[in-house]
Amino acid sequence: MSMDKQTTQAMIDEVLEVYPEKAQKDRAKHLAVNETNGEGKCITSNRKSQPGVMTARGCAYAGSKGVVWGPIKDMIHISHGPVGCGQYSRAGRRNYYTGYTGVNAFGTMNFTSDFQERDIVFGGDKKLSTIIDELETLFPLAKGYSIQSECPVGLIGDDIEAVAKTKKAEIGKTLVPVRCEGFRGVSQSLGHHIANDTLRDYVLDGTDPEAAQAEAGEYDVAIIGDYNIGGDAWSSRILLEEIGLNVVAQWSGDGTLTELENTPKVKLNLVHCYRSMNYICRHMEEKFGIPWLEYNLFGPTKCEESLRAIAAKFDEKIQAKAEEVIARYRAEWQPIIDKYKPRLQGKKVMLYVGGLRPRHVIGAYEDLGMEIVGTGYEFAHNDDYAKTTPEVKDATLLFDDATGFELEFFAEKLKPDLIGAGVKEKYIFQKMGIPFRQMHSWDYSGPYHGYDGFAIFARDMDMTLNNPCWDKLTPPWKQEKDSEAAAA
Amino acid sequence: MAIRQCAIYGKGGIGKSTTTQNLVAALAEAGKKVMIIGCDPKADSTRLILHAKAQNTIMEMAAEEGSVEDLELDDVLKVGYGGVRCVESGGPEPGVGCAGRGVITAINFLEEEGAYEEDLDFVFYDVLGDVVCGGFAMPIRENKAQEIYIVVSGEMMAMYAANNISKGICKYASSGGVRLAGLICNSRKCDREDELIEALAAKIGTQMIHFVPRDNVVQQAEIRRMTVIEYNPKCNQADEYRTLAKKIIENELFVVPEPATMDELEELLMEFGIMDEEDTSIIGKAVETA
Repeated sequence: MSMDKQTTQAMIDEVLEVYPEKAQKDRAKHLAVNETNGEGKCITSNRKSQPGVMTARGCAYAGSKGVVWGPIKDMIHISHGPVGCGQYSRAGRRNYYTGYTGVNAFGTMNFTSDFQERDIVFGGDKKLSTIIDELETLFPLAKGYSIQSECPVGLIGDDIEAVAKTKKAEIGKTLVPVRCEGFRGVSQSLGHHIANDTLRDYVLDGTDPEAAQAEAGEYDVAIIGDYNIGGDAWSSRILLEEIGLNVVAQWSGDGTLTELENTPKVKLNLVHCYRSMNYICRHMEEKFGIPWLEYNLFGPTKCEESLRAIAAKFDEKIQAKAEEVIARYRAEWQPIIDKYKPRLQGKKVMLYVGGLRPRHVIGAYEDLGMEIVGTGYEFAHNDDYAKTTPEVKDATLLFDDATGFELEFFAEKLKPDLIGAGVKEKYIFQKMGIPFRQMHSWDYSGPYHGYDGFAIFARDMDMTLNNPCWDKLTPPWKQEKDSEAAAA
Repeated sequence: MAIRQCAIYGKGGIGKSTTTQNLVAALAEAGKKVMIIGCDPKADSTRLILHAKAQNTIMEMAAEEGSVEDLELDDVLKVGYGGVRCVESGGPEPGVGCAGRGVITAINFLEEEGAYEEDLDFVFYDVLGDVVCGGFAMPIRENKAQEIYIVVSGEMMAMYAANNISKGICKYASSGGVRLAGLICNSRKCDREDELIEALAAKIGTQMIHFVPRDNVVQQAEIRRMTVIEYNPKCNQADEYRTLAKKIIENELFVVPEPATMDELEELLMEFGIMDEEDTSIIGKAVETA
């Protein structure tokens, strides 16, 4: 199907009709028709969601604890506040790591100060202090602690900075107070920023720029913004090492505190999730003079592009090796495309993910002959949309912080063969009879990064889309036809 | 007869706790069954009735026991002079935690534990100076205090505070049954204080229910942790509190207040010579430049 701008605009106009005037005016700014020349409407993003609509967004705590800090495996991340935030965000993001959980790694465990009424009334500072003492006894190999503030901590004014300072002096470990109360900002995006700022102030601060760069090895790089979901960072790291680079640190999937501290000694920061970690890259560029490069390892086309772009930042030796690697992996991915492309060719995909994948995974689908008919972000900013526009075709539907109603409406109009979004959307669309893949957690599969990941990605998309179960369910637009036919 | 629940508000330091306890003692003396609920982390709302330094508070005990669910009513409810039942919500030290939440928790506890017994005639909530957050408005929410008395004096800031509290009452009056029941003037011996408060009351649409004169016997009784009613029942001041009690028993004027605007309030103060006509030429000028 080729889309034209009028049809897409008409669809946007139609979905907006349902809203009351004020909401309509606001939502109109968040929906757009793509124009690859960049002359289209500038989509509005990173604004407060409309009251009364279903939004898929998370909160600042989710952005800090769930995304940025949580995967750092040898630190203990204390969810400071009532028990729910920590428990319901425990281990759900599938940040893989190596190590002995409960001994020297703590990724899948939930540590919380479990606020009770009395902690609200009398303050939670003393309890926090006690918890850290207990954790020191129970888990002496923990390298440090981060204190992730839940909403009540901000409301009652607990002085977590003072506790962190005292305890740091007492036990001599890194202690990071993070003011990521859920009510701050419009989405999880502010939580990323707050987390980045605390990484800057409590982990990187005190590193001498000149000494750090003097120690930097010629080919030292850091992976930034890869949370190793289903092992993504590992399948990326393989490629970087094969082209001759030395990966010093992973931020923050399967990462350690020591790796973070050593990052100022790299030559180049490679950023995958730009939205959640561009802040720390910009800081390192400014303070340590470390350049950074956004890359994309979804699908062979983007892998090749990215490997070449990365190699171009180094000498001929690396560039030659990159070409070798690219050539070698062709033999691996070509058979995958030969196998799956005929089964997926021309299939339409609608995406709705967080702050990066709505643009990053497009190449991988296109490598399989699939077409993106609509894509949108939960919490992206303007720069993300600027990077998205050239990645999708003209007339593609773009949506920001889409509401539940809009997504269902678009699905009925665009009739995608596959929807890729999150767990909140999954069951709605499956019940509508539309094949669905979770694009946050990879639906308990993965990795999807790199060439190894592409093989899994292709298999997953095929087995979902071509699963015979969908024939047993009828999507709404077919239901209408059936009932019309029955009536006639 | 249903329990009459009253909340006492007013500027910090105006004498809310002293007035409330003397008033309650007078009510008890007149045979009324009364309960005082202190809603202030300082927990000094019941010391004159109990002759105690400070009563064990609900939140303090809850913190010791683990949670408020572990408490029994008997642990926190003490009976003092004239059979007056006393509870203190309690709360954190200044600067930590959330005192407002303490008030909410404590009042919920009292309701669940059945502290509001049928045989009670009056419940008095003695609330911290300013309604700084939702917690301190707890006593005037639905099904709690229906009558609000504001303690005030002829001093400018006390009157500002009284007017502000009326604004707060308006909010809850529109959603529930809470009404302003009158201003209690706790005299600071300012000039024409009684007339001034009468005028303020008229402006807000309420009454000055009683003018309590200033008398050193109040302080003498306080030193002994007693109310005047108990310490020196024959003195004039005791009669003043008895009159206040009688007026409150008989009170039937419950209104939705009409708070004055800032300009109206200043006009009133100027009329009584408390404030001079505004001289705009001096605004923002320090000593040296003026």
